Amino acid sequence: MARPKEIASRPERLTGGHRLCAGCGAPINVRQIMSVCPGPAVVSVATGCLEVSTTIYPYTAWKDSMIHSAFENAAATICGVETAYRSLRKQGRIDKDMYFVAFGGDGGTYDIGLQALSGAVERGHNFVYVCYDNGAYMNTGFQRSGATPCGAWTTTSPVGKESYGKTQNRKDLAEILVAHDIPYVATASPHNFKDLMNKAEKAFNMPGPAFLNVISPCPRGWRTPGDQTIALAKEAVQSCYWPLYEVEYGKYKINYKPRPEKKTPVADWMKKQGRFAHLFKPGNEQVLEDIQAYIDRKWEELLKKEECL
Amino acid sequence: MSKKWKYKDIDKWGPGRHEPGGTIPESGTAEDYKTGGWRTERPVRDQEKCNDCMICFFACPDSAIRVENGKLVDIDLGHCKGCGICAQVCPRDAIKMEDETRARKEEEKV
Repeated sequence: MARPKEIASRPERLTGGHRLCAGCGAPINVRQIMSVCPGPAVVSVATGCLEVSTTIYPYTAWKDSMIHSAFENAAATICGVETAYRSLRKQGRIDKDMYFVAFGGDGGTYDIGLQALSGAVERGHNFVYVCYDNGAYMNTGFQRSGATPCGAWTTTSPVGKESYGKTQNRKDLAEILVAHDIPYVATASPHNFKDLMNKAEKAFNMPGPAFLNVISPCPRGWRTPGDQTIALAKEAVQSCYWPLYEVEYGKYKINYKPRPEKKTPVADWMKKQGRFAHLFKPGNEQVLEDIQAYIDRKWEELLKKEECL
Repeated sequence: MSKKWKYKDIDKWGPGRHEPGGTIPESGTAEDYKTGGWRTERPVRDQEKCNDCMICFFACPDSAIRVENGKLVDIDLGHCKGCGICAQVCPRDAIKMEDETRARKEEEKV
């Protein structure tokens, strides 16, 4: 990968002037990923904050061609574009190398767009799918999604006498993609930009489908101050809530292993977010313990996978 | 597209003048839309403390940190929304957030 200074001097691929919230994690991820895209790209975006706020007519923040058709089919749309490109190239009507990226939020990837994504990677189209995971349907006002962590408040998993927020654990999407046996699957976080850009560059250069799952803190939905976005992403990684790993042709590699004394309890990270505030009132100790036990179990599993696979 | 898409008077356009499907035929037009007015706090950079490490560049959601030839040039206050991430991530405390109202009043004086 080129040096960060060199990458920073390249022309901007996502301009300012988009209408995403101050402190939003999504444009940080998009900028880092697009800055290492080796050539002109076609971007397909699933319905969500990113799509709505970056393309308010007559303005578009994208420097590349951007296409949006519906919520559930960002992956299917980009497959169509990629197939058209291959056909035109065969006919000699295009001679440039082009790259294909799809961006989806967790709603458009974990839940609504899952079948389109599954089909697209199974057919083996040459594209990169990026899921920016903010843990709920933030665009429509915080409804729970398959990515919402256990215990979180959302409008459809409310907090009260009978409920402590979402009662189920989150879906492990990266593992679902690993099960498709595609060339490249990785998880990343914007606080470690070198790692994220390294993975994005690898994904762009893979001859086949690649999938990136990127954490994207949401100040509005997580009920946190806007300037804490990067700090929260960092702490999510340190607590092993969001492990950084990549799976290249079935081979696991963990990119960041916190030393036992540096691994923070997940409760420290949750305490900083208003969506978990109710868990720190008396009576919810068991819930916090269960969440920590679940995170530890997933982390142990991952360590074993790295050892064996 | 070779010719620039002129959309400045788009409010007065009839239905026939828009591209089919509401397509935007030019890229990056959002640059013309200024979001600087959202700000309540303004980032101010201390050039002497800054060593051009680029951490704030990669952490900025609004592409407001301008970099030329590996050097941080300035902060684009036309687009900066004042989220304060740059000041939070700076390892050398070279960016401070200052009150926007006060900064504007001082600007007017000058």
